[in-house]
Amino acid sequence: MIVELGHFALILALIVAIVQVLIPMIGAARGWHDWMRLATPAALVQFTLVGVAYAMLTVAFVTSDFSVRLVAANSHSAKPMLYKVTGVWANHEGSMLLWILILTLFGAAVAAWGKNLPPSLKARVLSVQAMIGVAFLAFILFTSNPFLRLANPPVDGNGLNPLLQDPGLAFHPPFLYLGYVGLSMAFSFAIAALIEGRVDAAWARWVRPWTLAAWIFLTIGIGLGSWWAYYELGWGGWWFWDPVENASFMPWLIAAALLHSAIVVEKRNALKSWTVLLAILAFSFSLIGTFIVRSGVITSVHAFANDPERGVFILGILAVAIGGALTLYALRAGQLRSNAIFGLVSRESGLVLNNLLLAVAAAVVFIGTIWPLLAEMTSGAKVSVGAPFFNMAFTPFMVLLAMILPIGAILPWKRGQLKRAMGALWGALALSITLGVLVWSLQTGGRMLAPIGIMLATWVVLGALIDVGLRIKLGKAPFGENLRRARNLPRADWGKMFGHMGFGLTIFGISAIMAWEVEDIRTLNIGDTFALQAYELRFEGVEALQGPNYTIQRGAFTLLKDGQEIAIMYPEKRNYPVQSMPTTEAAINQSLLRDIYVVLGDRQNDGSWAVRSYVKPFVNWIWIGVFVLAFGGALSITDRRYRVASLARKIPLNAIPAE
Amino acid sequence: MLRYLSLILMLATPLYAVQPNEILEDPVLEARARDISKGLRCLVCRNENIDDSNAGLARDLRLLVRERLIAGDGDKQVVAYVVARYGEYVLLKPVFNARNALLWLAAPILLLMGGGISYAFIRRQSRKSPPKDGLNADEKKRLAALLDD
Repeated sequence: MIVELGHFALILALIVAIVQVLIPMIGAARGWHDWMRLATPAALVQFTLVGVAYAMLTVAFVTSDFSVRLVAANSHSAKPMLYKVTGVWANHEGSMLLWILILTLFGAAVAAWGKNLPPSLKARVLSVQAMIGVAFLAFILFTSNPFLRLANPPVDGNGLNPLLQDPGLAFHPPFLYLGYVGLSMAFSFAIAALIEGRVDAAWARWVRPWTLAAWIFLTIGIGLGSWWAYYELGWGGWWFWDPVENASFMPWLIAAALLHSAIVVEKRNALKSWTVLLAILAFSFSLIGTFIVRSGVITSVHAFANDPERGVFILGILAVAIGGALTLYALRAGQLRSNAIFGLVSRESGLVLNNLLLAVAAAVVFIGTIWPLLAEMTSGAKVSVGAPFFNMAFTPFMVLLAMILPIGAILPWKRGQLKRAMGALWGALALSITLGVLVWSLQTGGRMLAPIGIMLATWVVLGALIDVGLRIKLGKAPFGENLRRARNLPRADWGKMFGHMGFGLTIFGISAIMAWEVEDIRTLNIGDTFALQAYELRFEGVEALQGPNYTIQRGAFTLLKDGQEIAIMYPEKRNYPVQSMPTTEAAINQSLLRDIYVVLGDRQNDGSWAVRSYVKPFVNWIWIGVFVLAFGGALSITDRRYRVASLARKIPLNAIPAE
Repeated sequence: MLRYLSLILMLATPLYAVQPNEILEDPVLEARARDISKGLRCLVCRNENIDDSNAGLARDLRLLVRERLIAGDGDKQVVAYVVARYGEYVLLKPVFNARNALLWLAAPILLLMGGGISYAFIRRQSRKSPPKDGLNADEKKRLAALLDD
């Protein structure tokens, strides 16, 4: 009954979405206000219905209702409660339902908080949002229905992949989806603006917070996924350039470009049509990502051809959404005239360069990701494109970006002077070059990665600090004046500082780990001690334990430095009997300077144990940087300019035209 | 969640990649073996190099690489030896040839094109005279209210 209720709610949601596509769009075209106003309740109802469907599916998982095919295939009665709840989205059907839930959540948010949007813009935005909703609701109902029953329910379910039974990965998909489905908002605003034929500073002010919110979630989602890979997959890799990772990274790059170009629209009324194009591209990459992940096309063209139903459906959605949007763009973009004037050396030019680098970097990731597919389709050749290619082709763009960032960020709008900007930055430049040279001269072995990375990281972080220092006249005015200025500095400027610093910190973490990681692989007998760089590890033994739904072999290692005990480390090997599948839990001794990472391997024939251990210098700075980046975004979004309430206060009610 | 699933399925036994008994005694040779291994694909895996993989085939390839190194091959010879037996598919970084030219040239071409367009746009922009903005008085007032902070 519960499950049928969810199924019914989902069908109703599709009908409401169809209404939400048609009525407000016609209303906006004809100027019928009643018809336009329908968009708001429709969006709220659609969200509620999908929410009901989602809640019902969750109930089925929590109560282990194995008469539901999806629950039987993906859950188990002995699974901990947390993973019963998160298990809802740990499969194709459930994750698509989550996708739609988030899509309708964003629509409902615009409906609820977009009170000061011009009525026709709001109606069109919600109509476009509902078009995406119709496409995906139809997709889930016709090809991926989570509510199907089984005629003969099994006694117990198949269980969830043990690697997914981890808090880090359990919360990775919702963040990722909040991010890349959230970009649908920017898309809907872009299409609505093209239909209206108008993009102005106010439009950018509405679009930017939505894009920012989506981008923050995407940042956190990608960060969580990478952190999970680091501690769970067993050798401390944190990024693999796997197609599914690239699927979330491409929209992230384009959204980052969009955030910057929207500033130019907002402040300078320029780059309008480019910004609209980026908004379309950002969500297009989200759709492409969904296609890549859902259709299985990247794993194998043949797998796709054998079970094409879902893949072809999403491909159809892709073709209509991206093709339609780009056609509309081609027809209408000419109307979006910009009238700002800016010089060759200006903040605007800096942001154009930022956009160029981010967009081309995204294109490189895209081409690399689909190249094996293209090669096989066109010539039948099997080609691999893996991490070595991406590291080589992608890294130069980030290096260039880091090089221009502090200069572009400090240049004034309209017209600036390089000499003056560099005047403020020469200290930072000198210090970063000095640090780079110092690192280069200290390290043995000739890799340039660490010196260059540390030079860039220092340059970016100091540049961000100097930017704010100049704004608050640090050193140029009394301390009280500095404080007053710091207090009055808009949150968006603090956000800029933290965002850029986060980028710098991540560069630092990545270069350090890639250049200086130390690895040790050996067999050990109980009681053996070995040296790992400046540390020593003593193998104390292995004991057998029992987890909630798995068995454990737990090794114990004493970590010593200069003969002093620092920590006891417990790497585990787990075995999940339901899936008869082993996993490893690395023991990690964390600090800001380095992680000590120990993995217990197999018992050898002679009774010794294989052990893998690493010193991973500064690795945590990768995720600290990601966190600081997201924090910067969050600060920006709370800037009072974007807060609806302050906007409403600023415009006296009688100043709003009666329309 | 499924984003990682296929990746995970291939890592079904995430125990070990390089085993202690595979490691060569000569650290220089071993370092070269590791470097070469990171560029070779585990053919039965998804997007995994043989150095990280637990598959039996990956182990065979790791041993093969080490055998060739001990026999005195240079790094390039070792890779060529493996490619001759397993095909181009084994290379995680595709070679630059006529068929893969677009893959390798895409980045510089796009950067040059985009850079040219951006430069032309900025030049044009910086020489323009300010046109009218096309807003009526009411709209201007409203925009000013929105932008004023």
